[in-house]
Amino acid sequence: MFETLILMLDATMRVSTPLLFAALAGLYSERAGIVDIGLEGKILGSAFAAAAAAAVFGSAWVGLIFGILTSVSLAMIHGFACITHRGDHIVSGVAINTIVAGLTVTLSMHWFGMGGQTPALSGDARFMEITFPFAEALRDVPVLGLIYSDMLSGHNILVYLAFLMVPVTYWVVYKTRFGLRLRAVGENPHAVDTAGISVAFIRYRALIVCGILCGLAGAYLSTAHNAGFLKDMSAGKGYMALAALIFGKWRPVPVLFACLLFGFLDAVAIRMQGVVIPGIGEVPVQAIEVLPYVLTVLLLAGFIGKAVGPKAIGRPYVKERA
Amino acid sequence: MSQAKVPAWVNMALIPMLNILLAFLVSGLLILAIGENPVEAAGYLIYGAFGYDEGVGYTLYYATNLIFTGLAVSVAFKGGLFNIGGEGQAYIGGLGVGLICLSLDHTMPFYVIAPLAIIGAAVFGAAWAYIPAYLQARRGSHIVITTIMFNFIASSLMVYLIVNWLKEDGRMAPNSRTFEENAWLPYLHEILSPLGIEIGDSPLNLAFIWALLCCVFVWGLVWHTRWGYQLRTLGTNPTAARYAGIDTAKVTIWAMLISGGLAGFVGLNEIMGVNHSLLLNFTAGYGFAGIAVALMGRNHPIGIILAAMLFGALYQGGAELAFEIPTITPEIVVVIQGLVILFSGALEHMFKDRIEGFFIRRAVA
Repeated sequence: MFETLILMLDATMRVSTPLLFAALAGLYSERAGIVDIGLEGKILGSAFAAAAAAAVFGSAWVGLIFGILTSVSLAMIHGFACITHRGDHIVSGVAINTIVAGLTVTLSMHWFGMGGQTPALSGDARFMEITFPFAEALRDVPVLGLIYSDMLSGHNILVYLAFLMVPVTYWVVYKTRFGLRLRAVGENPHAVDTAGISVAFIRYRALIVCGILCGLAGAYLSTAHNAGFLKDMSAGKGYMALAALIFGKWRPVPVLFACLLFGFLDAVAIRMQGVVIPGIGEVPVQAIEVLPYVLTVLLLAGFIGKAVGPKAIGRPYVKERA
Repeated sequence: MSQAKVPAWVNMALIPMLNILLAFLVSGLLILAIGENPVEAAGYLIYGAFGYDEGVGYTLYYATNLIFTGLAVSVAFKGGLFNIGGEGQAYIGGLGVGLICLSLDHTMPFYVIAPLAIIGAAVFGAAWAYIPAYLQARRGSHIVITTIMFNFIASSLMVYLIVNWLKEDGRMAPNSRTFEENAWLPYLHEILSPLGIEIGDSPLNLAFIWALLCCVFVWGLVWHTRWGYQLRTLGTNPTAARYAGIDTAKVTIWAMLISGGLAGFVGLNEIMGVNHSLLLNFTAGYGFAGIAVALMGRNHPIGIILAAMLFGALYQGGAELAFEIPTITPEIVVVIQGLVILFSGALEHMFKDRIEGFFIRRAVA
């Protein structure tokens, strides 16, 4: 029983990683007042770029750089539309998701001609698992040994980076000048403008950070979690990250727990396939799959707590009326 | 800056044309980057979509779905609501159609099943839009997020229902049994041939006519009824609507119900018209494409018909194009779709302000 739990928590960490990157990406963007439903597209774009570059250059790190560059460029398109041209944030996000969904398949067919996939990656082209020191030796220590050797050890570096990003984000958002301005821009951009700080510049910087984090999420999917790019491989992770962001009420630590919860549900859904629970019978996998979405809807509706987003979210900032 | 001085044709024709041209220009560059000739590609595309009977039939068949989802998005848009859940509503609408056909096709004739299926599509689609609408109107949760969540919930629900309950016994394929022929919407080529009009075989069916009727319905409802006026007021200025005594919550909910019902009609075309059985993922992104159609059609039924035809032509022509030039995948159509959303939606102010400024200055001078 305990061993099963550890295995499931181990799986939870793997599944939560892209959600965590993407949800924190969304946190920077939405805290600055930019709605970002383009997380999905940025993850997919980065996953493709990372896998393609890793396949060509044979290095996962080069892949990561290309993934981040792609994702940041997409974020800049979003910024150009939403900040510079005061366009609708949601329409822009939908546009980015749609363009990327088509473009990744078109380009991968053109470059690799493998039905929308990239070549399978191996060796240095993938992020490999890191085994903690003494993981083998300590496995026999009761309770803690399994947690250390099987759950915490043996992930790739991006997994640890994702979890590290939570305290970093907390520090940036709550303890730095940039973070204060970021939050202010999302709540009351006029006040920031009055203080002589450019609202647009802060928002653009928030989107760059958002792009970098989505880039990490995408690269994780195609060069660490899987060995290559598959058509539509983001499979709604961007939207689920958005749900986790709302579920965590736009705050770094609760967002972490939301991602872990959603990841855990995913691990449970896989394990529960065909399992008959005494007294209830077989629980359909789909019922567990939809739980993150149902929980988010319930939360938004105020049935379990209340999620209130940044005040100025989704509204373009107009300096003065002519 | 007064809008009145800008000639109507600028807003209705010039700016949309400019946006679509820009989208095509970028798509052309993409095709060039792939190493193919964009002009040649456009030639295949246009020939595939309009060059022969069957092609036109397919174009209109794709357009049928897009008219439904485009109208769905636009009715919500008119009330200032972004219904991004057309995909889920269409999916559940198809469930409604499928259930009616599966339960009645052994006992009832076509003229009983068809109206019931229309009602089924509308009621199921609307029901799926009702919860997000209610939550937006009464509990203040954001409709965009809830409709996105409901797309995923719909998708899981349909997998569960079809795999566990509706699947044909003894078969592996996740779809229901094929309906009896009296639950099929007749193809247009079958209707027209007794009248002496021969058109090529295509999936184009009676749902196309229903889509056109829906356009008339939406036009009447939004522009010529008291409710439509309330809807447009809500969309233009919610505060003013509230002060004018409009029950904004009620208008919001009804707008979403109508929107969901319209999206549900995709099921009519796909399930009853073409596939004749309930299956997975028949919505194939039409719900999202509806956003592009509504944006390009300026949320007006006439515009939506034109935009739906254009996108229908892209779908059909794109298939032809991929056949003629194998290095180009049909997904290139998705890219074009996204570019249209980007230029005529998100970047709409990029040209609009400048062009309007130009015409205002000219009018003043």
